[in-house]
Amino acid sequence: MTDAVVKSQARHSQAPHERIATRRLHPLPLRIMHWVNAIAIFIMILSGWKIYNDEVLFGWLHFPDAILPGPWAQHGLQWHFFGMWIFAINGLCYLTYGLASGRFRTMLLPISISGVLKTARDALLFRLKHDDLTHYNMVQRVLYVGVMLVGIVILLSGLSIWKPVQFSELASIFYSFQTARLVHFLCMTAIVGFILVHVSLALLVPRSLLAMITGGPRVPAEPRQDERPLPQQAKL
Amino acid sequence: MSGIMRRPSLFRPKGPIDQSLLAENRALLADIDRRKLLRGTLSIGALMLLSGCKFTDTKVMQAFLMGVSSFNDGVQELIFRPNHLAPTFTEADVIKPPRFNAYYEIEDVKPVDGATWKLELAGLIKDKRPWTAQQIAALPEQELIVRHICVEGWDYIGQWSGVNFKTFLERVGADLTAKYIAFKCADDYTESIDMATALHPQTILATKYAKQPITDPFGYPLRLRTATKLGFKNPKWITSIEVTNEFPNTYWLKQGFNWYSGI
Repeated sequence: MTDAVVKSQARHSQAPHERIATRRLHPLPLRIMHWVNAIAIFIMILSGWKIYNDEVLFGWLHFPDAILPGPWAQHGLQWHFFGMWIFAINGLCYLTYGLASGRFRTMLLPISISGVLKTARDALLFRLKHDDLTHYNMVQRVLYVGVMLVGIVILLSGLSIWKPVQFSELASIFYSFQTARLVHFLCMTAIVGFILVHVSLALLVPRSLLAMITGGPRVPAEPRQDERPLPQQAKL
Repeated sequence: MSGIMRRPSLFRPKGPIDQSLLAENRALLADIDRRKLLRGTLSIGALMLLSGCKFTDTKVMQAFLMGVSSFNDGVQELIFRPNHLAPTFTEADVIKPPRFNAYYEIEDVKPVDGATWKLELAGLIKDKRPWTAQQIAALPEQELIVRHICVEGWDYIGQWSGVNFKTFLERVGADLTAKYIAFKCADDYTESIDMATALHPQTILATKYAKQPITDPFGYPLRLRTATKLGFKNPKWITSIEVTNEFPNTYWLKQGFNWYSGI
C-alpha cells in the first residue's frame, strides 16, 4: 500500500466507504511540458518557414513573410536556434516522463490495425464518442505515437542539417544534405497536419482542452491491476 | 496562530452545492467557453503574427537572441572535433564553376590584380613580412574535395587546393595558442574564425579550384576554404590575416548571424 493511499484513508477515516488515492488525468508536469512544447513548436515552425523562404525546396512554395518573425533570414535562424533548446530539452523530459511513469504504456498501448480501421470508420461516420477523456481511441493512439516519432526524426534531421560534419555519422543516415533538409521539411508538414487535427478536435470538445489546463477528471493514482504486468514478487 | 488555522474557512459553502443549477446551465457554460476559447486563440495568434516581424528587430529582442547566439557559439566550440574529418568526394562530384556567394551580386565583383596584390600579416605573428601571389604559389599544396554549405540552405561539392592553413601559420611563426584569426578582404568584407578551426586538417588557403587558378568571383588570388564552417565563414580576396586574442567583429555577425557557424 502506498503512502498516498494511507494518507488518503487517514484523511477520510470518517467516510462511509474506503477512498482510493486519485490523481488528475493530466498531472501538472505533463501539462507544463505540453504547453512548453506548444510554444516551442510555434517558434520552430514559423522561424523554420522564414529559413525555408531564403532557399526554397519547391519553387511553387513560399511562406507569407508577413506572418514570419523578423525582417531577414537571420532572424528566423536566431529564433530557430533558440527554440531548438526548448523543443529538445522539453521533448526529452516529456519522453522520459511518459516512459518512466507508464503513461505511454497505459494510455497509448495496445494499438491494433483492426482497431485503428474500426475507429477511423466510426470517426468518418461521426459515430465516435468523446464522453471519456481518460481513454484514447485507436486513432488517437496512432496519432500521438506517430507525432512523437516524427518529433524524434525532426530533431535528428535537424541535427544533421545543423552539424553535417561534427555529426557526420548521424547525417549519413539521411543520405545527403538536401535529403536531410527534405526529411526535416516533411516532418514539419506532418506536425502541421497533426496540429490542424489536434487543435480542431480540442476546440470541438472543449472539455479536452480545459483538461490540459486544469488537469481534467480524477483517475486512480495507480494504473488498474489488470493493466499492469504481474510482479514477480510482492514488494510489501 | 494554530487556532486561526484550525477555524473552518469563511469561504466554504455552508450547505452542499445545488447540483441541479449546474446541470441546467451546463450547455450554456460549454458554449460560452467554446466561443471564448476560439476567439481568444485566434486573436492571440493574430496579434503575435502581426507583431512578430517588428518585435524580433527591437533592441531588447535582439539583445536576447544574440545572447542565445553567443551561447550557441560556446556549445559549438564544445562539440567541435579537432581531428574529425568532413566527408570527402571524388572529382566526378565536383561542379564547375562553383556557386557564388557574397553580400552582393556576382556582376558587382571587383577583380583583384594578382600582380600588385599582397597578403599582409598582423597581430601575434613573428614574421610579418607580406606575401606575394608567387611566394604563396610556391608553398606545398593540399587538395580538398568537400561540400560547401551555405547558411541559406544550398550546397555543392567543390575541389579546392592551396597551402594547409596550419602549415602556413607555423611557417610565419603565428601564436597558435591565440584565440582568433581575423581576415580582411579586398571588398571590405571582414570575417574571423576560432583557432581550433584554423588548425583543422581540412582548412586551407585556397588558390585553385578544380586544379585551375580560382576565378575572380570566387576569390582570386587567395581565399580561405574550411570544411567545418558554413560558406560565409570562408572569406574571399583576402588582403590581411591577423592572429589575435581580441574578438574580431565580422560583417555578418553585425547583421545578426551566428558567429561560430560551424557545420
